[in-house]
Amino acid sequence: MRAVKLKKEDLSSFLECSQYFGEIWGPQKKGDRYVLEATEDMSKLDFSALRTTLPFKKLLAPPKFSMFKFNKNGYMEQLDQIPSRVIVGLHPCDIHALLIMDEFFAKNHIDPYYMERRRRTAFIGFSCLPDEKCFCYATKTDSVEEGFDLFFTDLGKIYLIWVGSSLGDDMVRHCPHIIDEDIGNEDLQKYIQWRKHRSAKFKNDVDLTGMPDIMELSQDSPIWEEEGEKCLSCGACTIVCPTCPCYNVYDEIKMGELEGDRVRKWDSCLFKEYSMVAGNHNFREARAERLRLRFTHKLQAFVGQFGKPACTGCGRCIETCPVDIDIKTVAQRLQLEEVKV
Amino acid sequence: MWAMQTKENPYLPEPMRLIRRYPLTDDVHFFQVRAVDMERALSLEYRPGQFMMVSIPGVGEAPFSISSTPSRPGLLEFGIRRVGRITDKIFDLKENSIIGVRGPYGNGFPMEKMKGQDLIIVVGGLGAVPLRSLLLYALDNRDYFGNVYLMYGAKTPKDMLFRKEFLNFTQREDLTCLLTVDEDNTGKWTENTGLVTQLFNKVTDIDPENTTVCVCGPPVMYKFVVAELLKLKIPKHQILMTLERRMKCGVGKCGHCIIGGYIYTCVEGPVFSYWDVIHMKGLI
Repeated sequence: MRAVKLKKEDLSSFLECSQYFGEIWGPQKKGDRYVLEATEDMSKLDFSALRTTLPFKKLLAPPKFSMFKFNKNGYMEQLDQIPSRVIVGLHPCDIHALLIMDEFFAKNHIDPYYMERRRRTAFIGFSCLPDEKCFCYATKTDSVEEGFDLFFTDLGKIYLIWVGSSLGDDMVRHCPHIIDEDIGNEDLQKYIQWRKHRSAKFKNDVDLTGMPDIMELSQDSPIWEEEGEKCLSCGACTIVCPTCPCYNVYDEIKMGELEGDRVRKWDSCLFKEYSMVAGNHNFREARAERLRLRFTHKLQAFVGQFGKPACTGCGRCIETCPVDIDIKTVAQRLQLEEVKV
Repeated sequence: MWAMQTKENPYLPEPMRLIRRYPLTDDVHFFQVRAVDMERALSLEYRPGQFMMVSIPGVGEAPFSISSTPSRPGLLEFGIRRVGRITDKIFDLKENSIIGVRGPYGNGFPMEKMKGQDLIIVVGGLGAVPLRSLLLYALDNRDYFGNVYLMYGAKTPKDMLFRKEFLNFTQREDLTCLLTVDEDNTGKWTENTGLVTQLFNKVTDIDPENTTVCVCGPPVMYKFVVAELLKLKIPKHQILMTLERRMKCGVGKCGHCIIGGYIYTCVEGPVFSYWDVIHMKGLI
């Protein structure tokens, strides 16, 4: 893969220069959290952010948008007005989530709303050092080889930049005066050292090997009842999850006129109405069943479908859950329990 | 897999005209629609067991099983029970109105695999809607199948969907049409009385290894019907059932119809086998 480097003090200039490719979105501090927001002032970006409250999915499959308009003459498509964007500061777990979302929305029936936004977005990854909530080493999403346009590794005075796509190449060539093409042995040594330093930071406290089989055999485990008892069905974990794609569809109508929008809005499998059908029959009445569904989808389901779990170990749900239901702890409990076959 | 994508945007309904409608029972009506674009109407391909998403602007969209057969192209038919907001509005529609429809979706019945086999169709109540598609298809392509049985149980004669059509079928020699009601409150019922499971002793002429059974009815029915079918030595993977779930997209994205964490009913179903029911948790 092609690599270049950039002096740290030139980062703002580089990002200003990259505005040519779209609006810059990156992590910004808000209270004691970080949010992913647009900016023209690069000094507002804070790359010490480990995770933004909402992941990039808010830009590719927005929380709420109009799929099309309708009036008395019929339905009219709404695919215009999607701006070009450059998302900066994605970590390896985010980029793995992007690859999972790509696979999901491009499978069976291609989702034009996701694909159009995806096509108009450039992705710049940034290296990170894990905290105690990160477990990307266990989901094998702690490093990336594809999915980004550029990937920046912080090596002290410089960034080493992997160029991951043709668009990424255009981006570095767009500001040649600050990009240094000359990567020396010293840079390489620093990079290798940095990787070792990062690997050592992980607390190897959970191992997800064999999880799909364990999940399959734990469907009737009392652990689901116990964790379900705590769950508030608030859906926060699904909202912050970078790979939770579920949504609801409904019509919003203007007062007094037959005119409105068919709206698509994030939904959560933890909400009680999620699986309710005509006649109010509910296929997942109990909280334990809904919680089990989410964990099955994250830790088992995608392994069969795509060969990897749908969880990227980003730690957002652990950080967000108001009652401290922790996907790591649940996995460990299931691994330790006596399995009935 | 075989569901046809008609436009670049799979979410956009296409205009169809309501040609005819009439009551089948008090709360179930028959709706016959045709794509406004005649070429599209004639080229629309689907298979028995698939469903369509029907839209009412300002109210929303819901999935409905197709009741017509692809062997009679041009028209799509639905049997719809009035149960909620969207069906209330559908019941308000007059003939010649334009509605939004998209699809077909779902796997449908595996017609290629069923070719050459004996066929048993077991229906309870509203299950007649999707299975009528299969029955008409089998009758239109009679030489594709060995012996064909229809067993249909309704509460009373008045509750039997497509009653006249099915009563006519009792005259056919190429179909064993067994109709039954739990209770005859008319005094004019000439067919069987009792539960659908009591009809199984009349299934005398099948080769079990070479028989496909398609079942659709209220959830309570499956357990008893499956027990009878296992007694007949029908292999578990040849007992097919079509299931109901909440659906908002029809294209394997919105998540509501998901079963067991990864099966999207709208793509991999709604037709599942009894073997699927055993090895995937939460199907019925």
